Amino acid sequence: MAEKIFMKGCEAVAETAVRAGCRFFAGYPITPQNDVPEYFARRMPQVNGVFIQGESEVASANMAYGAAAAGVRSMTSSSSCGISLKSEAISWMAGANLPVVIANFQRGGPGIGTIQPAQQDYNQATKASGNGGFRMLVLSPSTLQEAVDMTWRAFELADKYSKPVMLLMDGFTGTMMEPVVLPEPLGEEQVAAIRASKTWAARGRHGGPQHKVMCGPGLDTRISQAQMNERDAELYESWKQTEVEYEEYMTEDAEIVVTAYGITGRIAKSAVGMLRAEGVKAGLIRPLKVYPFPEQAFEKLDFARLRGIVCAEMSIPAQYAEDVRNVVRGRTGIVTALSSGGEVLDRAQILEAARSLMK
Amino acid sequence: MEKSFITAGFGGQGVMVMGQLLSYTACETTDKYVTYFPSYGAEMRGGTANCYVVISDDPVGAPKVNQADYVVCLNDPSMAKFKDAVIENGTIFVNSSVVTIEPERPDVHLVKVDAGSIAIELGSPKCLNLVMTGAIIGYTEVLPAENVLQTAFKKLGAKRPELNPINEAAFRRGWEIGRAAREERA
Amino acid sequence: MMEKVYFRPAGIFDGTVTGFCPGCMHSSVCKIVCEALDELGQLDNACYVQGVGCCGLAVTYLNMDTVAAPHGRACAIASSFKRCSPETLVFTYQGDGDLAAIGLAETMSAANRGENFTVIFVNNGIYGMTGGQMAPTTLLGAKTTTTPYGRNEAEHGSPMHMCELINQLDAPAYIARVTCADVPNARKAKAAVRKAFQYQLEGRGFSFVEFVSNCPTNWGMSPLESLDHVHNVILKEFPLGEFRAK
Repeated sequence: MAEKIFMKGCEAVAETAVRAGCRFFAGYPITPQNDVPEYFARRMPQVNGVFIQGESEVASANMAYGAAAAGVRSMTSSSSCGISLKSEAISWMAGANLPVVIANFQRGGPGIGTIQPAQQDYNQATKASGNGGFRMLVLSPSTLQEAVDMTWRAFELADKYSKPVMLLMDGFTGTMMEPVVLPEPLGEEQVAAIRASKTWAARGRHGGPQHKVMCGPGLDTRISQAQMNERDAELYESWKQTEVEYEEYMTEDAEIVVTAYGITGRIAKSAVGMLRAEGVKAGLIRPLKVYPFPEQAFEKLDFARLRGIVCAEMSIPAQYAEDVRNVVRGRTGIVTALSSGGEVLDRAQILEAARSLMK
Repeated sequence: MEKSFITAGFGGQGVMVMGQLLSYTACETTDKYVTYFPSYGAEMRGGTANCYVVISDDPVGAPKVNQADYVVCLNDPSMAKFKDAVIENGTIFVNSSVVTIEPERPDVHLVKVDAGSIAIELGSPKCLNLVMTGAIIGYTEVLPAENVLQTAFKKLGAKRPELNPINEAAFRRGWEIGRAAREERA
Repeated sequence: MMEKVYFRPAGIFDGTVTGFCPGCMHSSVCKIVCEALDELGQLDNACYVQGVGCCGLAVTYLNMDTVAAPHGRACAIASSFKRCSPETLVFTYQGDGDLAAIGLAETMSAANRGENFTVIFVNNGIYGMTGGQMAPTTLLGAKTTTTPYGRNEAEHGSPMHMCELINQLDAPAYIARVTCADVPNARKAKAAVRKAFQYQLEGRGFSFVEFVSNCPTNWGMSPLESLDHVHNVILKEFPLGEFRAK
């Protein structure tokens, strides 16, 4: 087994991206994700990749779009209000079918918010990261090893569907350190082969037909906006079968289910362990992707046995809990354990919420 | 077994380095799970710096806890902020050279380490954090002392190998204080 | 036997009809660009980044690789594209609203970094496609749909001169303002475009060619009147010439 390395989340993500063949990164300074662009600035020249510090979040995201249009595995990252600025380009990536990985190290909000960790961008990430009703696969790791594995997967998924993919991190998973085992890097030949396989990428005609990287039909009358959107709608629908990913832990006999994603997911998991130690039959549902939402995980529950569900997230008002509520549709009670404004959710809040359901 | 630490002090007192020495040692020399989380403010200089370290035999759930097993306070603002962030029957390590605030927590143990004075005595005020780290290890035995020392040589000695002897002396002085406090508690 | 002395340039689709308004110089600019590329043997190796606005109409017209950019972002996209594909000849095709208003940061920053691509900037002093609103390049006194009483300096500021602005930066290699409002100038314009592309092929950095253009539709003029207006009025505000060729 490869050596475990003690790494910071931002750097683990950036290094994994490089190993996954990412050869373009553009970013803009914003706390708490500054270690990402700084890492790429050091690392890209070593692999003949390109790093650009954009003049803005807007420009950085569009640069990632431009590199993807050239067929290169491309990435940009930011934090919350910075992601809002990137939403123009993200929407264009979806419209132009460009594979780009976007990482959001969430901080407080709305607006500039606090620089401390939060999970206030759930709705933005899963429902509307830009105009036009597009959807993205959204991966959200709880541990840094998951962040590494998901970064690798994000590039594969982006290429598989030729769509932007979001890595929904937070200031916590970005700045904390934890041992990780990194994947073996792709060889330069493999990186080149991935680029060459993107026959749609612009590169000059060179005797062949024109390559057009366009967002939507534009002025092309051969395909309508409706036809393009129907094709995407079918794709999004298929994800509900093929791309749902979640962890179930001790749900078989659970009377209480705690559910949470990202950093809160691991805190929730340990709370489940503590509840079990107290004799409470608690279980966990933890989405690994928050889009598509893991409806199946909740449909499988034995609602007759269940005393209730605890939704834990670092967002006030609750956002993830709304999706849970929409799936559960009143079949059991739902309580929330919430924090915001840079306060990391404490396990005690989850325990308290769970105990309230046992009364 | 899971042990959580909060270390806090002024920026520049080596608070983050203390947390990292524990974390790197756990990662690189043991099979334990470990997390390190730095708490940061918007200021680049000054202010209170603190970090959270959790070392465990099982995967770490919460890398940041409101109530830690051990709190390390290098200055008064840290004591004021974190004296209530230690569990009942937990321990507060105090840099008694500068900390004047009493924790007023009869339910917790207090380990006073005259770290600032010892560091000056050893010829390098900057090795204060090694004194404290030694005390933590001597008291908690959460990690093998020699491993922590080797990590210090590796991480801190890489650029300044001439500081290795002072750092070692500081660590060992702290360790003696920590062990004495442990024995006294037992 | 007859010799064919005038033909549609390679690089413009056979049989397509331009979407540009009658008398608009966009058509001439497209033609000049295609001829210059053809003469340099670069038509097959070119990729252009298309702005938003009337410049976007070129997409049905130009038979070469295309990357569509959000409004104003062409220079950001061309920057990353060119760095990832240094062997491809890359140019942006942008209007004045796109380049000088919503895309000012992207334009200036790419120029300041000395990115090795070419900007073809078509300045007609107005937002054409959206129906004739004031642009940063609109002349003082000009009535547009958003300056119904005329542009005035106190409220709207004065026209922005992009060549002059970019000429304040250290990095750019080639900066020129041209027009195709008459045949001699059109020839000079083509020479400037060729030179800009040549600079790029030689890796000399950022090259910028501004075309002083017209908008008969939104200016409310006949094509011929609009050409006179360019000569008599616009060129006094936007003097032609090579600002830099380093």
